Amino acid sequence: MPEGTTHALWRALITAGALLLSACVIAQGGDSDHFDDIQRGRYLTLAADCGACHTDPAGGRPFAGGRPVHTPFGTVVAANITPDAETGIGNWSDAQFEAAIRQGIRADGKRLYPAMPYPYFVTLTPDDVQAIHAYLKSVAPVHQHVATNRLPFPFRERIVMRVWNALYFDGSEFKPDHGKSDSWNRGAYLVQGAGHCGACHTPKGLLGGDKTQQSLHGDSQQGWFAPNITADAVRGIADWSSNDIVAYLKTGHNQFAAAAGPMAEVVTDSTAKLTEADLTAIATYLKDQPGTTAHHTALSAQDPAMVAGAAIYSDLCSACHKPDGSGVPYLIPNLVRSDSIASREPTSLLHVVLHGAQTAATGAEPTAPAMPGFGRQLNDAQVAAVVTYVRNSWGHAASAVAAADVRAARAKHE
Amino acid sequence: MNAPRRLPAKDVVIIGLGWTGSILANELTDEGLDVVAIERGPWRNTADDFAPNTVQDELRYRIRHELFLQPSQTTFTFRNRMNQSALPIRTWGAFMPPNGVGGGGVHWNAETWRFLPSDFVLKSHLTQRYGARFLPQDISIQDWGVTYAQLEPHYDRFEYLCGTSGTAGNLNGQIQAGGNPFEGPRSRPYPTPAQAQPFSHTLFAKAAREMGYKPFPQPSGNLSQAYTNPLGVRMGPCTYCGFCEWFGCANYSKASPQTTLLPVLVRKPNFSARDQCEVTRINVDASGKRATGVTFIDSSGVEWEQPAELVILSAYTIFNVQLLLLSGIGAPYDPQANKGVIGRNFTHQTISDVESFFDKSKFNFNPFIASGAIGMCIDEFNGDNFDHGPHGFVGGGYMGQVQTNGRPIESTPVPPGTPRWGGQWKQAVRDNYLSALKPGTGVHGSMYSYRDVYLDRDPTYQDRFGRPLIRITMDFHENEIKQNAFLTDRFAEVFQAMGAHTVNRKYRKGPYDITDYQTTHLCGGAIMGTDPGTSAINPYLQSWDVPNLFVMGASAFPQNAGYNPTGTLAALALWSAHAIRTRYLKNPGALLHA
Repeated sequence: MPEGTTHALWRALITAGALLLSACVIAQGGDSDHFDDIQRGRYLTLAADCGACHTDPAGGRPFAGGRPVHTPFGTVVAANITPDAETGIGNWSDAQFEAAIRQGIRADGKRLYPAMPYPYFVTLTPDDVQAIHAYLKSVAPVHQHVATNRLPFPFRERIVMRVWNALYFDGSEFKPDHGKSDSWNRGAYLVQGAGHCGACHTPKGLLGGDKTQQSLHGDSQQGWFAPNITADAVRGIADWSSNDIVAYLKTGHNQFAAAAGPMAEVVTDSTAKLTEADLTAIATYLKDQPGTTAHHTALSAQDPAMVAGAAIYSDLCSACHKPDGSGVPYLIPNLVRSDSIASREPTSLLHVVLHGAQTAATGAEPTAPAMPGFGRQLNDAQVAAVVTYVRNSWGHAASAVAAADVRAARAKHE
Repeated sequence: MNAPRRLPAKDVVIIGLGWTGSILANELTDEGLDVVAIERGPWRNTADDFAPNTVQDELRYRIRHELFLQPSQTTFTFRNRMNQSALPIRTWGAFMPPNGVGGGGVHWNAETWRFLPSDFVLKSHLTQRYGARFLPQDISIQDWGVTYAQLEPHYDRFEYLCGTSGTAGNLNGQIQAGGNPFEGPRSRPYPTPAQAQPFSHTLFAKAAREMGYKPFPQPSGNLSQAYTNPLGVRMGPCTYCGFCEWFGCANYSKASPQTTLLPVLVRKPNFSARDQCEVTRINVDASGKRATGVTFIDSSGVEWEQPAELVILSAYTIFNVQLLLLSGIGAPYDPQANKGVIGRNFTHQTISDVESFFDKSKFNFNPFIASGAIGMCIDEFNGDNFDHGPHGFVGGGYMGQVQTNGRPIESTPVPPGTPRWGGQWKQAVRDNYLSALKPGTGVHGSMYSYRDVYLDRDPTYQDRFGRPLIRITMDFHENEIKQNAFLTDRFAEVFQAMGAHTVNRKYRKGPYDITDYQTTHLCGGAIMGTDPGTSAINPYLQSWDVPNLFVMGASAFPQNAGYNPTGTLAALALWSAHAIRTRYLKNPGALLHA
């Protein structure tokens, strides 16, 4: 048995002991206020990016809820998870908290919607869930009622979640792969659990459940395409080194690409605050996720859309992104090596070309360069042509984009 | 009006968030101080305000002055001579007052010069070389109280903050081939190599070299290559779009507060800023020797008081002077009695140009390939780099093919005698666009200070708050007219040597014309020096009268040199910040006793 695994076993035993101990404390009516628990919980809260939804970005108090989460089924509003007894979760026991986090069952027995990513959090260890609870109990209570359910019928009936859970929620815990390194397993634990990367990056079925066979193969969300982050050679990040991935998550930027849209927020609120060791673990795991894309053939350079796209690219794009697409490291994305160019769906590329985007600002990379939108300058056919050109140049091969796709993207944005 | 609402006290209040305000904000927040900057104009940043697909709009930005102060908000009155009545300026001409976060650093061309070592000791240098009687009557030039050697580390810091592109001419006393042999010694090379030069600029350099001059690339804040400054802010290579001056840079390649300092500053928890808020007064206590903060008015017309321990005045030249006069800090300058200091030694620049026309079958200059600080220059006729004895004037300037653009509205030179509109004009534009040269500010001459060129309170006209407007009294003196004629002739000779068939010399002549753009390099009015009788601030830019007030910017220049001022005013700001950090904060009080 590798040494690391032995340690993990010991850790599990010690944790179990600690859990028993804290259960005793709670039984006596006290709270867990152990410094180590609270700080580990705080870190996991960052890794899980709880604040992204549970803090209203429009100046809301931390964890007091109020941010609407728009799903294909309607709007759910994140709850108040401060320890306020009446409007928050101040009266919840550890067991009730764990049921909510890992099973999607509230203290009152009602079902949560998977906008709260309990299908991922189920893989968190009970010990880690308890630490998160310890941290949340330490933040300032805020008295604020939040009407969380704004879904239309039938989805507003929480009972439908029983059906959904039966279809999609397997409730299985994290299973370490003993054939892999500790770092790989830590990465897997973070990606599958707290990080809930699949919530955006894994394609969804008709009712919003993960297509588990295509884990992390990329999906369109909120007007962006969360790209394929496996080691897929065609669509994924096979040509990013572990350091490139760590830099991206730590600073929002690496030599090829930058985080924009929802991922910019994930970086600034969450991944930028994680340890190098954990980010390296995430990179180790991602780089070991196999790709499945069959070889694609690029459109011919003589294709009319490619000819038009090349001309538009030369006129409007090449001054910054360079004629060969190589950009400027850490400032202007490299269109050859960026992960978002030849993605399965052109959602992100269309978003950026039509509406522009600003990249993440972090302490290490404060510049936060932006690209302007060209939606007023280019018509649908022109946008389609230049996006098709970029998706089929410099070694890329991806589906052509039609003017109708551009029209649909514009309509969706309004 | 009700008494102003009082805000919680800050350690530092900064008036105006342009280059020097941003520099001081960054330095003083690094020191751990709680700093608030109050800016009259709007917040501006590259991502939201300067898009590469909309910023190249000459009508919007150049002709309609989008980025500048609007005269309806405030303006100045102007007259040439003291016996005239001044009238308000209703549209900008000779200079363009900046407005908004980034200030002049947003719309400048980014020429990043250092002044000559002799410029800082001008009066003693000229007196020593030529004798006091050689100087024009009524000239009021002074030594600065700071030397080039003292400023060198701060010039260096500013250039490395900006990533300035250039070729060193003097490294630690060793003259370098290809650089400016007249410059003061620099401690290390420019952070990035000089920009590549287009055809006409190269041709100018070749002709100048053949005439015995030593041409060199203009030091440029439009970067030749990608650069990461010491604060970790990234800049990109210039794309030579030719839309620098009057425009914000969309490519992160022109040094500005936005591209060098603000991304770091806005992340600091001890920094905050209020835009669209106009400071109307620096408040002083009953003794008159201590500033207690500032009063400002927000865009809703509400008046606020911002108390602070330290006040940094870092607005545009004239507004620095205005706030000092309206706050009763320092004695107003009286030219009749030649007493007082606030408003004294106000200067501008002596600019002229040469338009030249070449055989279009042999020359194609593609003038649209350009950047704001591109150019090949010669410095043989700047400062005191040449013997003025035979010429009967003092001062000088750099000159060069520094053409920044081939924009359609203002950069369509036609030969003398062409009608100003109609078919013949259009044909002449077509015939000459690619084969004519218009450097713009080809001769960049100094303007020295005189007793009757100054700023004071206008007796008649008031701003929207009922405060007197600032009155400019300015005319060219014979010394500057002679200087310009000599320099313009030397400049024209180079274009003739380049092969131009027509050379149109556009001399600068008097009287000073407030409607004709020269540069935005207004200087003086609150000058530095070692004598409180003839200067408003000491060599650390500290008010002689109110030691917890420091006044940044070109208003400190006792007279203007033959260069663009930004490099020097930024070096002075860093020099002052260094004195505040290392000396003033340890023992707040006067840093120099007269």
